[in-house]
Amino acid sequence: MTDDELIWRVAGGSGDGIASTSQNFAKALMRSGLNVFTHRHYPSRIRGGHTYTEVRASSEPVRSRGDGYNFLLALGDSFARNPRDGAYYGNEEAKPLAENLDDLREGGVIVYDSGLLDEESVADLDERAEANDWHVFPVDLRTMAREHGREVMRNTAGVACTCAITGIEPETIKSMMRDAMPEKILDANLTVFDEAYEHVQSAFDVDATAVRVPEGDHEEEQVLLSGSDAIAYGAIDEGCRFIAGYPMTPWTEVFTIMSNCLPQLGGVSEQVEDEIAAAALAIGASHMGVKSMSGSSGGGFALMSEPLGLAEMSETPVVLIEAMRAGPSTGMPTKPEQADLEHVLYTSQGDSNRVVFAPGTVAEAYDHARRAFQVAYEYQIPAILLYDQKLGGELVNVPASHFDREPNTDPGSVLTEDQIADAPHDASGKFERFRHDVEDGVSPRSVPGQKGGRHLVTGNEHNAPGHISEDPDNRVAQVDRRSEKLRAIRADLDGDTLNDAYGPEDAEHGVLTFGSQQGTVEEAVDRLNDAGHSVKALTVGELMPYPVEEVRAFLRGVDEALVVEMNASAQFRGLTQKELGTGDDQLASLLKYNGNPFEPAEVVEGFETNIDGDGEVPGNETRFVPAAGD
Amino acid sequence: MSTFTGIGEERASDREEFTPGLEPQPTWCPGCGDFGVLKALKGAMPEVGRTPDETLLVTGIGCSGKLNSYFESYGFHTIHGRSLPVARAAKMANPGVEVVAAGGDGDGYGIGGNHFMHTARENHDMTYIVFNNEIFGLTKGQTSPTSPKGHKSKTQPSGSAKDPIRPLSLALTSGASFVARTAAVNPNQAQRILVEAIEHDGFAHIDFLTQCPTWNKDAKQYVPYVDINDSEDFEFDPTDRAEAQELMRETEDKLYEGEVLTGVYYRDDDRPSYGQEKRAIGEMPDEPLAERYFDTDYEWERSADAFLAKHR
Ligand SMILES: Cc1ncc(C[n+]2csc(CCOP(=O)(O)OP(=O)(O)O)c2C)c(N)n1
Ligand code: SF4
Ligand SMILES: [Mg+2]
Repeated sequence: MTDDELIWRVAGGSGDGIASTSQNFAKALMRSGLNVFTHRHYPSRIRGGHTYTEVRASSEPVRSRGDGYNFLLALGDSFARNPRDGAYYGNEEAKPLAENLDDLREGGVIVYDSGLLDEESVADLDERAEANDWHVFPVDLRTMAREHGREVMRNTAGVACTCAITGIEPETIKSMMRDAMPEKILDANLTVFDEAYEHVQSAFDVDATAVRVPEGDHEEEQVLLSGSDAIAYGAIDEGCRFIAGYPMTPWTEVFTIMSNCLPQLGGVSEQVEDEIAAAALAIGASHMGVKSMSGSSGGGFALMSEPLGLAEMSETPVVLIEAMRAGPSTGMPTKPEQADLEHVLYTSQGDSNRVVFAPGTVAEAYDHARRAFQVAYEYQIPAILLYDQKLGGELVNVPASHFDREPNTDPGSVLTEDQIADAPHDASGKFERFRHDVEDGVSPRSVPGQKGGRHLVTGNEHNAPGHISEDPDNRVAQVDRRSEKLRAIRADLDGDTLNDAYGPEDAEHGVLTFGSQQGTVEEAVDRLNDAGHSVKALTVGELMPYPVEEVRAFLRGVDEALVVEMNASAQFRGLTQKELGTGDDQLASLLKYNGNPFEPAEVVEGFETNIDGDGEVPGNETRFVPAAGD
Repeated sequence: MSTFTGIGEERASDREEFTPGLEPQPTWCPGCGDFGVLKALKGAMPEVGRTPDETLLVTGIGCSGKLNSYFESYGFHTIHGRSLPVARAAKMANPGVEVVAAGGDGDGYGIGGNHFMHTARENHDMTYIVFNNEIFGLTKGQTSPTSPKGHKSKTQPSGSAKDPIRPLSLALTSGASFVARTAAVNPNQAQRILVEAIEHDGFAHIDFLTQCPTWNKDAKQYVPYVDINDSEDFEFDPTDRAEAQELMRETEDKLYEGEVLTGVYYRDDDRPSYGQEKRAIGEMPDEPLAERYFDTDYEWERSADAFLAKHR
């Protein structure tokens, strides 16, 4: 936590334009030279219900949402249900203000829309403000917006108040508005902006507050994008031109982006009847030689289990993505969790034969998507990208140069017609698609339409030309060959792994995590080292095949390691122990499953609990499970 | 000219080419109707001018799903009920390939019923053969979605309490643009209907009555049959949806009364196929997508050039 940062929380109702307001705000700050990171919190509802987005901005790199926040813009919730005494969901009208006070830092600022929010309904606001040295600015944003434009423009008025109080140059926001807003609403918004800006400057003593926007400068051009954007662009740059899917939060984001992009590139996007069909379509298109993907979230991915097994057995390359949300069943659709790890590793019958990657950051989401396609098409194996609502939805700035790469549209281990002509065929002229005697387990394929390439592909066990076979020798040879692919992929990945080590190599303590908790853990590691501890972290991006040697080497020098993950049953720790064959007495767990991702301070506390605490973490948001023998 | 020289060869083919020169010999029981489908399909392919390397036969799971084991072409034996989603994506990926999907009545009308409805609705340019033996063959004779009401089996010991599904009516209401019924006992009609179905530009559904002498002993052998397109007893226009609907209903009922009506019930040659619809709205390329990956001159776009500007 540095003082030199703004963590701005804009709160209101779903449907009140919080998402676009915060996105434009973040982009404007990025353009002004700051590093930004957004965190979304929203209910599974279209209208109303308390929602907020945080924009964290600093001149230093920002890796997580941070701890708490220092500026609250509480807009009205225009869809709030009528408050009644004892209402099940509470007084929704007051929520944008009432629900957000706990995490507001000392000395923080509150701007609220006095046109929609009744201060009286937040009983202890005055006392709490006094106790915490909060600076409260009631502004009738609604009336201001109505007078000069339309009511929805109160978001603009609120952003203008933010500028006036924190010292953001109005032009930073206004030039963004000119880029982002359609002509017909632009002028009114600009007027609302000026009005609110001037009102705050004249009506309040803004210099009395200490929350200021920092100044920053980028060495190179930045772009603002989400994990979902990055996954889509990674797929596109690998030549993926076919996607099939069925909407489900939060995977819908990638599906939507691809559905907009692919037709522009002469590709095909298909929304189909269910996820079984979606996965089967991706397999069908890939069988023809087209680089293809599908995906879903927990429940939809469950429906893909059987097609996933078909891809394994028929050795059809395909990339599936799984955007985790809190489960089981419908769970909490808009809340992140990392509890589908075991589901994705093992679902579908038989010995699983797949690759699973978990990107930790937005930039990595692009890289992992590309590697997933490369591995899938080279090794004819399904590759799954496992991520979650947090990574998919968070917006961060990434150097534009990160995406300045050559596409790779190679369809992988497919033969040309000339090569097919020279390849072995059986006596009836069938191309031997599944030969035993091949390098790295990969038997090159042909695709329908290629002359001389015809063969049979089946989910049954099969022999070289693809005929169903239950011959024991063939069975063993085929199983071994398919397993050999995983060994070869492991060796391939070892040359350039997707795992990220962080902190001093010879540190005394370790933190292990996977996926979207990477930035939070790394920020915690920095703080711990600043506080005099000696800590390093490893974020595992390759979950199958697991990087046993790398994890072992990481753990070798440390006596204990804390495993941080967002689920209740310590699935990642379990996987690590299974893969290493040991670890019981070395690995402790820090778990969180209340629907919110970790904050860095929680990891710091968990770490301290592990090394010298009494086994209890403060607060009830996280759970600590010590290593065996502790 | 296609990048894949297996497609569009200007030469005649013959039924022998579609017969594997080697084992496996069919494992179907003697007298099984499935042989009739295999025979008709082998006869139809040369007639429509297609060769094995440009044909993809996608099947489900069941006795019927073994069809592509005994047919020489590209084949994809998928999983139970899922031949259609695999097949229709294959067609979208490379429209130059002749795609035929096939499976059982359990496979297509039961576990895969949702895909049947949606594939028909989308009107993909492909042929779908359902081997209707009114039984689950491969799993040893359980009641299927087309088994008659009252049908007894080991899993329905008191007889099925359900009315059977109406396959022809279902295809029609779902949107299929070609709907026919034929029977294994009538190989000439079967081949003729298959040719028409394959040549039809849209989703062509054939409910193919295939007797199962092993598990459905009391069921008729689907003789004698009546060809509604030939018979003088039926005054009927298959391009008229209302007439088709009425005759389908009658046909479905009559089957359980022992009268076997067959023929082409419905065809709409004007309805655009799904590929045409997608191309019309700019969502499918004119050139087969699959071939792009093998075209060394194709200039691939990158995300950085196409989409990054809006993130700046
Ligand atoms: C998901 C799934 N459920 C069940 C089965 C078992 N199974 C295989 S074939 C079949 C039914 C076969 O009946 P039908 O589709 O009519 O084909 P037929 O054998 O009669 O040609 C069943 C239930 C399976 N393979 N997969
Ligand atoms: S069980 Fe019936 S359907 Fe299956 S092969 Fe034998 S006769 Fe044909
Ligand atoms: Mg059957």
